Amino acid sequence: MSDIPAIVATDVSRTYELDGVSVTALRGVSLTVTDGDYLAIVGTSGSGKSTLMHLLGGLDRPTGGTLLIGGRDVATLTPPEMARLRNETIGFVFQSFHLLTRTTARDNVALPLVYRGIGRRERRARAGEMLERVGLAHRMDHRPNQMSGGEQQRVAIARALVTGPSVLLADEPTGNLDTTTGQSVLALLESLNADGVAVVLVTHDREVAERAHRQIVMRDGLIVEPAPLAPDAGDGTA
Amino acid sequence: MRLAEAWRVALDALRANRLRSVLTMLGVVIGVAAVVALVAIGTGTKQQIEQQVEGLGSNLLIVVPGRLEAGSAPSVSTLSLDDVEAVSRVVGDRNRVAVTVASGETVRAGSRTSFASMQGVLETTPSVFVRRLDRGSYLTRSDVNTARRVAVLGAGVATQLFGDRDPIGRQITIGGVRFRVIGTFEQLGQSLGVDRDSEVHIPVTAAQRLLGTDRIDALAIRAPDRERIDTLGADIVAALSKRHPESDFSAVTQEQILGVLGDILGVLTGVLAAIAGISLLVGGVGVSNIMLVSVRERTREIGLRKAVGARPRDIGLQFLLEAVLLTTIGGVIGMALGISAALLVDRLSPVPAAVTWWSLALAFGVSALVGIVFGVVPAQRAGRLDPVVALRTE
Repeated sequence: MSDIPAIVATDVSRTYELDGVSVTALRGVSLTVTDGDYLAIVGTSGSGKSTLMHLLGGLDRPTGGTLLIGGRDVATLTPPEMARLRNETIGFVFQSFHLLTRTTARDNVALPLVYRGIGRRERRARAGEMLERVGLAHRMDHRPNQMSGGEQQRVAIARALVTGPSVLLADEPTGNLDTTTGQSVLALLESLNADGVAVVLVTHDREVAERAHRQIVMRDGLIVEPAPLAPDAGDGTA
Repeated sequence: MRLAEAWRVALDALRANRLRSVLTMLGVVIGVAAVVALVAIGTGTKQQIEQQVEGLGSNLLIVVPGRLEAGSAPSVSTLSLDDVEAVSRVVGDRNRVAVTVASGETVRAGSRTSFASMQGVLETTPSVFVRRLDRGSYLTRSDVNTARRVAVLGAGVATQLFGDRDPIGRQITIGGVRFRVIGTFEQLGQSLGVDRDSEVHIPVTAAQRLLGTDRIDALAIRAPDRERIDTLGADIVAALSKRHPESDFSAVTQEQILGVLGDILGVLTGVLAAIAGISLLVGGVGVSNIMLVSVRERTREIGLRKAVGARPRDIGLQFLLEAVLLTTIGGVIGMALGISAALLVDRLSPVPAAVTWWSLALAFGVSALVGIVFGVVPAQRAGRLDPVVALRTE
């Protein structure tokens, strides 16, 4: 697993058909995410960064180029195989948390394991461990509406981690949080990255992006600024 | 996703929207309750009528003048007491042959009156039909032979005329002619819509004199066994036709009567069930509607579930089970309601009701099927949602 880069995108493009008009959101992007990477994708809204994130996470398929996730070409995968790939390889963290509102923190975290066919007892045990890891051992049986924004995002991070993914995709993870809480969430992501999980941050916030090992700046569906900061860089050139 | 897990998720979703779930179920509840109750009433009525026909006696053969066909004109009876002798010879036993000449008459005892169905009969009646006496004795052969003016009263007539007093030995008048009461029947109730407790039996000879006629209305024969009943009927009809070449005669058995009645009631029950079934169908459309709303409402949830690894099938199954759960829970409640309604009708109204296992099984099966049929479209729609679009939905 460690021999194969987690994600390899080669000249990937994505075109949408909207009412008969084709709109190109990505026009040939190449990018590699290796294990342990800490990468920020920066860009204004409409730059194509969200589209790129959906592709990297296996939620969508490119209309051109090749995209390998966990060494598998997504073009050859059926929707159920894509679902399985997401479940095993990718962890998502969203700006708006996307927690199930009527469900406890523990069961929210356990959700991805449901689709892996793991029994309830083990799910709850593993979810408990993850919540401890993100510092929410005391909030396990609380529902999202009983928690602060920062706590909710920690629950979402625990959910993203529970399947042991190789890549954590975070879409504006601090966008709905105040600065202090945002900082602590970033610190959490960084400590997870230190433990070996690749983290890909999508953000329009330069300050947040600065903390990553390397940044990719997007504009109009293209990578315009490869700015390698980390010593192992060299990938990600357009 | 495991099936047990899918059930749990579906149940949680229903609990989360309790009021809406209950209202959605209501359509199915009413539909199933209506099917169960109406089928129970239909079945109960059929059973009651069957019991009544069978309660007349066993292996009965009724011989009437005319043809028993749809559209045939009612015919005037040409039968007389002489024919009874001829029929008795065919049957081989006079005690198996009963006759009636009937007329509605006002019966008086002192100042009290009762409108009764006067039946002129032979002394053989109790050995042909099931007729038990409460008090006194029945007519004898000599009563018939001498046209003695004696009467046996139905339970209803006896009560109307004499209340709690013993009617045996007392005088009554039928159509102005005096008769002496020699017996009363046990209570029988209604049979095929006729109040059998308002009958008054008198010797057929006395009845003919009273009515100024020598006709009889019908013959009833109790066949020795079931196997020979049809040939016996044919033989009797042949013998009568020989004596009255200008007339037609028909012989019907209980089974034939039951068959015709059963067909009519079966159709009626079917129509009732179909009408109730339509309401079940409407309930199903309601379920479909609400499931579509639910899919739209939970688009974000669907997107999230897909993002963390739910396959289209998992999502589809979740919504399908939700629909099935709605209709089967509704079905069970509807069954309970339908059974209660049937029992209430049975107890509090003259309409009988009998809940049958097959109608319950059918109602439950249909409600589950309604859930599947009307849940499929919303479930497919949910399963096919594009996760990217779903996650973006507000």
